[in-house]
Amino acid sequence: MLTQYILSGITTGAIYALVALGFALIYNASHVINFAQGEFVMIGGMASAAFFDAGLPLPAAIVCSIGAATLVGLLLEKLAVEPAREASVVTLIIITIGASILLRGLATLVWDKKIHRVPAFSGEAPLQLGGATLLPQVLWVLGVSAAAVALLAWFFRRTLTGKAILAVSHNRMAARLMGISVRRVLAVSFALSAALGALAGVLIAPIAFTSWDVGVMLGLKGFAAAILGGLGSGAGAVLGGLALGLAEALGAGYLSSAYKDVFAFLIIIAALVFLPHGLLGRRAAERV
Amino acid sequence: MDCSAAARLNGSRKPLLLLAALVAALPLALPNNYTYEIAILVGLNAIACVGLNLLIGYAGQISLGHAGFFGLGAYGSAILAARYGWPALASMPAAVVGVGVLAWAIGRPILRLKGHALAMATLGFGIIVAIVLATEDRLTGGPDGMAVPPLAAFVSGEKAWYWIVAAALIAAVALAQNLIDSPRGRALRALHGSEVAAAALGIDAPRHKLSVFVISALFAAAAGALSAHYAGFITPGKASFLHSIELVTMVVFGGMASTLGAVAGAAVLTTLPHLLTVFKDYEMVLLGAVMMLTMIFMPRGLVPTLEGVLAAARGKPR
Repeated sequence: MLTQYILSGITTGAIYALVALGFALIYNASHVINFAQGEFVMIGGMASAAFFDAGLPLPAAIVCSIGAATLVGLLLEKLAVEPAREASVVTLIIITIGASILLRGLATLVWDKKIHRVPAFSGEAPLQLGGATLLPQVLWVLGVSAAAVALLAWFFRRTLTGKAILAVSHNRMAARLMGISVRRVLAVSFALSAALGALAGVLIAPIAFTSWDVGVMLGLKGFAAAILGGLGSGAGAVLGGLALGLAEALGAGYLSSAYKDVFAFLIIIAALVFLPHGLLGRRAAERV
Repeated sequence: MDCSAAARLNGSRKPLLLLAALVAALPLALPNNYTYEIAILVGLNAIACVGLNLLIGYAGQISLGHAGFFGLGAYGSAILAARYGWPALASMPAAVVGVGVLAWAIGRPILRLKGHALAMATLGFGIIVAIVLATEDRLTGGPDGMAVPPLAAFVSGEKAWYWIVAAALIAAVALAQNLIDSPRGRALRALHGSEVAAAALGIDAPRHKLSVFVISALFAAAAGALSAHYAGFITPGKASFLHSIELVTMVVFGGMASTLGAVAGAAVLTTLPHLLTVFKDYEMVLLGAVMMLTMIFMPRGLVPTLEGVLAAARGKPR
């Protein structure tokens, strides 16, 4: 049983990690907590289901849906976040919450309020692994998430754009003085974060289904994972996501499935009280 | 904070009088029971928002879980009244006090957190409350909710409830204005500016943060308990994350650090969905768009922006 729980924990954990990375990316570039992050996950799942039902082959449907979400991310940055650059943190939070309600509303108009399904990427026949059953889709989730994380790490270490984002996250003014276009960095990080969210949505849709409102809880869990890991830390987001997924799966398996989210949030609150900056967060001193 | 703040301090009775006049005159404009019902819902949300505004607008501490307190106040009173046969006049205060004690107990550890970590911890608390209320179905009736006994035999009908809620709202605003103008209120504003600087001036930051957290929880619980007995039925949705977000949105929308702003925010955002039902399928899209546009073009919120416009029109320097 334990293997089964751990497996399902890592699977959901990988999805949380992708969403949490999206939060971290946008937070680093703009200091905005984007509460519409979950809606990118929803768009990824719903759009790929729609494109697939419209007759597109699955890989094309996936690419198109991630592209659509990226476009929504760019629009969100241009139309909502950039005009409100000078606003306070809470105001920006409300703006992104407004955006998430708007996107959910649009999803019910463009699509519908039914539950949709995306076919598994490579068959449904479960594999056996040391007494645990394993859907092939789980391997896709783990493999693609790991690849995405590795690609992201490479992007930040090796490319000029990645380094520009890091520079802006450290000190916006200094970065601007070095000739980095902060506008471009903001646009790139919103686009990237939307693509990551949509990828998570596409990956999980064959296992957990998708509908217009899946983004709410996935977004919250992603936010929780990002905070648990230490807001703004990429490695922390991945670690936080996996820890959250495991805690939920083990809590559901051994204690009570109705209370699995309670365990997850209790652990997060306890972790925050003892480690206020998260697992891998920067210990910042307050400037007076 | 400049001379306009001092002026506002002296005129702190003004919002209260304005609100009292408005509340007294409003029934003239309410044609039927449905509009009374909306006015009552506005009042209940406004009570919770006035409390939340003390925490967010004045002390500068965020809470994304206040619907948890609202829900606990509602369910606490409902359970005492329905399952243990308490009269509502005893069960409501008992539930509110109980929520206050709980807020004190959880506030002590989590108020040490700041910014996004505090947002996360309060959000987590709210979700835990909502799940517990939906799961413990023997006490709470589960996700389907439970029936709540009426306040008292002689209280029935929308008009009677309107005056009860109106009185409660006026009392809440009076209490909040009093607190804001007291030394404690000034300490809270100092905290908002800089906790370290406030501490250097001898302000006991943790104690003040905790007390305003408990006060705001008491307001939310009172609003919750009243709403349970008014509606006669409650569901765990009252404690949901979405309701927490609604409350915060009302405070920010109306204008932080403005008690009238909190009331105005509650009024607009409670009424808006009822107006938008005309547009049926477009309701969510319009609500989201209104939230985004107001916050983009009026980042300080409704009431402070209007005050600014009025002051500019009178030619007063701000």
